[in-house]
Amino acid sequence: MRADHFFLSLKNLKHRGLRTWLTLLGIFIGVTVVIALIGLGNGLKLTVEAQFGVSSLEVITVQAGGLNFGPPGSGVSIPLDMDDLEAVKGVNNVDYAIRRNLETLKLEYNDRLVIGTAIDLPEDKEEADVFYEALDLEIEQGRKLKESDTNKILLGNNFLTNKVDLGKPVEAGDNVKLNNKSFEVVGLLEKQGSFILDNIAIMPRTKLDDLSDFGDEIDMIIVVLKDTELIEETKEDIEKVLRKTRDVDEGEEDFDVSTPAAALETVNQVLTGVQIFIVIIALISVFVGAIGIINTMTTSVMERRKDIGIMKAVGARNSDIFLQFLIEAGLLGLIGGLAGVVFGSIISYFGVVGIASFLGTEVSPSLDIPLTLITLVVSFIIGAAAGIIPAIKAAKQNPVEVIRG
Amino acid sequence: MSGKKEVIQLKKVAKHYHLGENIVRALDGIDILINEGEFVSIMGPSGSGKSTAMNLVGSLDAPTHGKIFLDKKDISKFSESDLAQLRGKKIGFIFQQFNLINNLTARENIALPMMFQGASESERLKKADELLKMVDLGDRGSHYPNQLSGGQQQRVAIARSLANDPEVILADEPTGNLDTKTGQIIVSFLENLHKKGKTIVMVTHDPALAQKYSDVVYWLRDGKVEKITKKRRK
Repeated sequence: MRADHFFLSLKNLKHRGLRTWLTLLGIFIGVTVVIALIGLGNGLKLTVEAQFGVSSLEVITVQAGGLNFGPPGSGVSIPLDMDDLEAVKGVNNVDYAIRRNLETLKLEYNDRLVIGTAIDLPEDKEEADVFYEALDLEIEQGRKLKESDTNKILLGNNFLTNKVDLGKPVEAGDNVKLNNKSFEVVGLLEKQGSFILDNIAIMPRTKLDDLSDFGDEIDMIIVVLKDTELIEETKEDIEKVLRKTRDVDEGEEDFDVSTPAAALETVNQVLTGVQIFIVIIALISVFVGAIGIINTMTTSVMERRKDIGIMKAVGARNSDIFLQFLIEAGLLGLIGGLAGVVFGSIISYFGVVGIASFLGTEVSPSLDIPLTLITLVVSFIIGAAAGIIPAIKAAKQNPVEVIRG
Repeated sequence: MSGKKEVIQLKKVAKHYHLGENIVRALDGIDILINEGEFVSIMGPSGSGKSTAMNLVGSLDAPTHGKIFLDKKDISKFSESDLAQLRGKKIGFIFQQFNLINNLTARENIALPMMFQGASESERLKKADELLKMVDLGDRGSHYPNQLSGGQQQRVAIARSLANDPEVILADEPTGNLDTKTGQIIVSFLENLHKKGKTIVMVTHDPALAQKYSDVVYWLRDGKVEKITKKRRK
């Protein structure tokens, strides 16, 4: 019997005019926005995660920064130095504390010049291995740097795939100039999906120091832990010792100790906030769509009073008529939702691909199946809920009043 | 009428409508008795209350006063749901305006009453095809009402009225919207059904039609039964 009502509803919908389909726009737009935004948001989160460039979420990073107390506009922040590094090394549960310097350099190749970013490779072999592991760096062409290498560098994958505007790919064995000094490229990294790491130049620390003269200054300390379960406690211990070495009070730190997980959490919170805001707007659209369904179903009841009377004359109960209109309204919602899911997924797919391509990361957009199913069920329920009042009206029609009309 | 089963009985039935401060007495205490297998006509001029009587006989409407019995059961005691079921099973309707559902094909229109009785789709369609053949429209099953002539639509309506094999066929001015020749074909279908044992109740304003086919004619005027004429059929 339910299947029969479903069939009858479909038959009726097939004969609906353009006006009915236009009323679905509200549901369609709302669902499109919800699906597209959630898909885009998830894609953006994955892209941001990829941008962090630290694959292991169990590594702590320390950077200078935080609150500045210089004169307004001065932007002064005291860099990290060797004392800070030693202090961090002394913290319980710290396995390795590796300094990292990141410098902006001129890079020349094939008579072209680009501005690139270089980071230093620790000279200690053990630390270098930890460095490779923490950043999850693998070689696509050539080899890794050795301790004995001097005027040699590793380059990110974008140099190999000619995405750095140098006119042609850089290959292992080629020579490039960094700040006017010649270096041999010994290897090129596999694609990392991070804008920074795919455009990076990695060189021995002493060489980078020669080029940019950072001396004892440290841009970042990468901390690898013995027990990753204690990441939060260790983070607090590091903050404690750095407050002491840098002579700052709690709450006035001029450094930042962060875990990728915490940083991601912050980004995710912002993105989720934006998503919630836009989803609220989308829900307003869905609400307007529901009003549209109430309107079209009420009109439909008026237009089909005669059909209702006929059905009652041939044995339909009030509950049959009610169910008939309820299913029809639900189907209207479902159709609007289905169109919204399809269109929203297309927008989400191309949006994520576009953002990932723009940022130089690789993120595969995926359809959130549970979300899609929930959206479709909710669309049906919204439609059916909007159809309740018209369906009650339909069920209460007096056949005698309408059958002769 | 002794020995004949009473199918429908109206006892002192009145139907009043309120029009502003006025009360319109569409029916004012009528008695109608319809026995199994009879061809009964309800005759009267426009405004005499014959259509109101037909709605009450068909249990589509409830009386203001009086009682209606279907198979000797007082229908005022029935729930809406039970009454709908009973109506669908016991009574088949034929209307002046055919009253087919435009979104459904001829076959689906005929199958519709069976759906409300819980018949399966295959049963419904099989029976609908049989009935289409019976009214000589075997090749029109997939046609929509607007693709059929008035006479064909009324034949589909006759087929629909027989879908649940009801005891009683109520025909409200079945020839009213048809030309004379087509009207005669429709009435001959009703006559055939009567010969096969169906109880026919026809509302008409055509005295010749009523007297030609009916066993009993109730003549209504101003909401009252003016006279009852009975004919012994050959």
